[in-house]
Amino acid sequence: MKRRQFLQNTAAGVVVPSLINGLPVQAYSNTSLLHNLFAPGVDTDHVLVLIYLGGGNDGLNTLIPLDQYANYVSARPNIYLNSNSLLPLNGQNKLALHPAMKGFQTLYNENKLNIVQSVGYPNPDYSHFRSTDIWTSGADSNQVLSTGWLGRYLNTEYPGFPLNYPNAKDPDPLAVQVGANLPLLFQGPNAQMSMNVSNPDIFGAWPNGIDDPASNDNYGKELDFIRTIGRQSKSYADALLNSYIKGNTIANYPAGNYLADILKAIARIISGGLKTRLYLVSLYGFDTHSDQVMVGNKSTGVHANLLQSLSDAVLAFQRDLEALRLDDRVLGMTFSEFGRRIKDNVSGTNGAGGTDHGAAAPLFLFGKNVQPGIIGSNPVIPAVVNEYDNIPMQYDFRSVYNSVLQNWFCVKDPALTEILIKKYQDLPIVKKSNCITDTSDLNSLNDSIDIQIYPNPLVDRTTIQARVVDGYTIIQLISPMGVVLKTIHKGKLNAGSHSFDLENEQYPSGNYYVRIQQGPAQKTIPLMVLRP
Amino acid sequence: MDRKDFLSIWKENRLENRPSPLAGLDPYNGPWTQKQALHLLRRLLFGVKKSDVDKVVSQGMANALKDLLTVDPIPSPPVNVYSTTQVPDPDVAFGASFVNAPINASLPPEYYQARTDVFKAWWIGNMINQKPTIAEKMTLFWHNHFAVEADTIQIAQAMHQYYKLLRDNCLGNFKTLAKLVSINPAMLRYLNGYLNSKAAPDENYARELQELFTVGKGPDSKFTEDDVKAAARILTGFRINPLVMPLTYYFDFTQHDDTDKKFSSFYGGKTIYGRVSILGEYELDDLITLLFENVETARHICRKMYRFFVYYEIDDQIENQIIRPLADYMIQQKFDILKTLYHLFSSQHFYDNASIGCIIKSPLDYAVGMCREFNIEFPKYVNDVTLINQYLAWGGIASLAAYQGLSIGEPPVVAGWQAWYQQPQYHEIWINADSLANRNRVAENINSPNGVQFLTVTLKIDPIEFASQMPNPRSAFDLVKDSVSYLYNHDLSDKSYNYFKSFLITGYPNDSYWTLAWEQYAGNPTDPVLKNAVSTRLSALYKEILSQAEYHLS
Repeated sequence: MKRRQFLQNTAAGVVVPSLINGLPVQAYSNTSLLHNLFAPGVDTDHVLVLIYLGGGNDGLNTLIPLDQYANYVSARPNIYLNSNSLLPLNGQNKLALHPAMKGFQTLYNENKLNIVQSVGYPNPDYSHFRSTDIWTSGADSNQVLSTGWLGRYLNTEYPGFPLNYPNAKDPDPLAVQVGANLPLLFQGPNAQMSMNVSNPDIFGAWPNGIDDPASNDNYGKELDFIRTIGRQSKSYADALLNSYIKGNTIANYPAGNYLADILKAIARIISGGLKTRLYLVSLYGFDTHSDQVMVGNKSTGVHANLLQSLSDAVLAFQRDLEALRLDDRVLGMTFSEFGRRIKDNVSGTNGAGGTDHGAAAPLFLFGKNVQPGIIGSNPVIPAVVNEYDNIPMQYDFRSVYNSVLQNWFCVKDPALTEILIKKYQDLPIVKKSNCITDTSDLNSLNDSIDIQIYPNPLVDRTTIQARVVDGYTIIQLISPMGVVLKTIHKGKLNAGSHSFDLENEQYPSGNYYVRIQQGPAQKTIPLMVLRP
Repeated sequence: MDRKDFLSIWKENRLENRPSPLAGLDPYNGPWTQKQALHLLRRLLFGVKKSDVDKVVSQGMANALKDLLTVDPIPSPPVNVYSTTQVPDPDVAFGASFVNAPINASLPPEYYQARTDVFKAWWIGNMINQKPTIAEKMTLFWHNHFAVEADTIQIAQAMHQYYKLLRDNCLGNFKTLAKLVSINPAMLRYLNGYLNSKAAPDENYARELQELFTVGKGPDSKFTEDDVKAAARILTGFRINPLVMPLTYYFDFTQHDDTDKKFSSFYGGKTIYGRVSILGEYELDDLITLLFENVETARHICRKMYRFFVYYEIDDQIENQIIRPLADYMIQQKFDILKTLYHLFSSQHFYDNASIGCIIKSPLDYAVGMCREFNIEFPKYVNDVTLINQYLAWGGIASLAAYQGLSIGEPPVVAGWQAWYQQPQYHEIWINADSLANRNRVAENINSPNGVQFLTVTLKIDPIEFASQMPNPRSAFDLVKDSVSYLYNHDLSDKSYNYFKSFLITGYPNDSYWTLAWEQYAGNPTDPVLKNAVSTRLSALYKEILSQAEYHLS
């Protein structure tokens, strides 16, 4: 990302001084008295580092489905990656990584990477802003929430914030944003709960000054807001600076890599003892409508540079955490507002290609305590693709949040449902956490359910044969744009086979999907619709 | 009281029981004092000069609005202050303007960057030197609304053209402006319109045209993905002609999709019929007409104007009593921007006491505003060196505002700056520990003997000049009170005035020490010792006034 953007994007909330060379950092504290009292035995020093890939990352050129390579090439004549340039993953012969992602390949092969396939939400929105709001707030696509999922999480642990914060028990910021720009993510019901960081020496003392009571109107509201930020900034700034001075880093980070500089600063403040538990950093530039690749060498170009920055920075960060013996405490996760269309275009210099806004895409989690492996199956690329075809969701992004909250931060109901508003699947994303007593292999779970569709294509009518285990089951019909068109079944099913009829309700011809979900298991099967 | 009770009381006080400004759009006929004049000027300009307030108070609201709602001519264009004798710009001599320079592929790339930087500095210079009219503020409004990023455009000539388009039309007709923006080369480049073809439709502009520029995404705006696709097909074929200056679009009908385009029920299920050959470009007019026939377009732009000029919270009452009537009025006036704004700025609602001072200053309101309020002296053109210094100073203010979150010419995304669209925080996004600390550092430096330095240029407040504008500077209390009433929005308690006054009489038992020092200085203004005695105290006072939360509100 451009340095300029970094500087100007200091987000709302409390900002902490930059730790090095003017780099801003934003942090959240983990020592919750409530948490310690009511959740005894739970490890409270877990840290989550979120990496936002701004603009909508092209999942299909990030993780390439080798079992559909021919269809992939014909859908993307301008930007497809040569199969011999792709990076293989141990034990996986159906997919491979973009050639620029050597760092992620290494992490995967060391069992420190988890990939969740086709993460999205029902009824995708193709607006950057709306979709970013959906991802950061955790809303349904037809719902507007004015708080963020992590803001709500923090509010359950620090319900009084910002009143009487910081204090002796919680001296550190609750969350830190480094050059990120997503105020909604950490917006709590009462206040913005995150802090941004910039240059340490700009923190003069907030003047004692005047303190006339704030009037009870819009003017008073904003006056009060500015005064509160002023009071908090000073002590959070000191806390961050002290941790930075006490901390250190060991590993070599790649030079000229903006994300690496920030992750290095974060490793350092964690090693210096900052009790902040949530960090948000971002890397912008993924909105690759045009010039996604370089003509002549498609494994280079804008997208390749971004993926390389990401993957190199994350590997260096992980190495640093290992050397600092902090790797047990830190989990990382990428996310982006959406993926991109299956079909490419010819936008760009000398006819270089690009892609339009899309739907689901893979999401990456890294760290010593991830459950290594790949969750879900490759997206299906139809033989004939039109420009509106999209990759349907296999996993709701809130199932990922649910799993992180439950299994990394040990959040239990009723707080969990309060934060996420509804119940979601629990995915095995985190391995050795104290909160997880048994981990099951999701993909073997996935094998316990199955769907057969006959006839396929659907012309007038077809039958869906579902083989399930005992439990609550959802079966959905998903459109080529990734929209849930119809819930075919929702409710408890007994173990065994069940049949469901599906009629062609004037659906336009195209590549549809049927998705089944039972507990943490799910499958998504393509269904072609032919308009009679 | 436990924490929870305390919290709920705090929350209620802060959020639940605030009275909304009640008055509606009927014409304001209340008192017209410095308070109302300052309020109007602060919202329409970047900072207010003392002479502007005095004039507007004496003019009365109607005459003042007539003057303020005009567009003065754009100052002479930005010039080459970047080339050196060793590396001359082959197309533009030093001191000459580059805005019509040919597009030259062999020009060293750093010159493209330098021209853009100079253009941005010049833009800020126009704000600093603004006449008392809304033109610059309104241009920023449109820059935020029809956002393009200079970083993407890269060609300063195109950015200058774009600035000119927005400024020339800033009070004109919204519908006309939307059409002109759609075919402007900078916008065609920014949202890939120039690559949109029937073989490979690109939805980028079609989406933002609806979601951000016209109907918006309000609760009742229900355009569909198919509407985006239909609009994208209408917009196929527009290209940029890069060889002639100024840059223009042209229409390549071989790239245009001339089939019919059907829209959803949100647009009344209308079809825009395909037009063949060179007539295809007129489908854009049909599209603009369709978008502006929809009531959501007027409501969307009225909400944005309200958030920019009045306050960011729009509850049901504001929506029903202000936004919708204003939108209806705008439709009735056929999207005349000037008339719509006049209606808003002459309303009871706008001058309601609860509307005054509730906007958090944007970084430009803060930085440019401070320069203008305090009449900070900028280098003037005398020779090549002062010319460079002039641009350095303007560029310095640009970088200062950029550091605080608003980089002119570079909105972070096509939606503009978050403070003007991101619920629920809106304007509060301008203030965080980083930006607030930065603002306080600026207040400290600009009141210090060394001032704020940008390479060879120093900017600082002359506190004596400022104090001399006040009616009674010899009285410490009056000077404080008058300075505060000019720099803040609302009166303070005597306790606070006395706190500020302590900076003028530090260490001495009563006000007469200040009066004596001021009178001694006034009697012999060239004596450096006497002058220093008052200026150091005044600098401390103004630094303190500028460091309070009250100063960040407008």
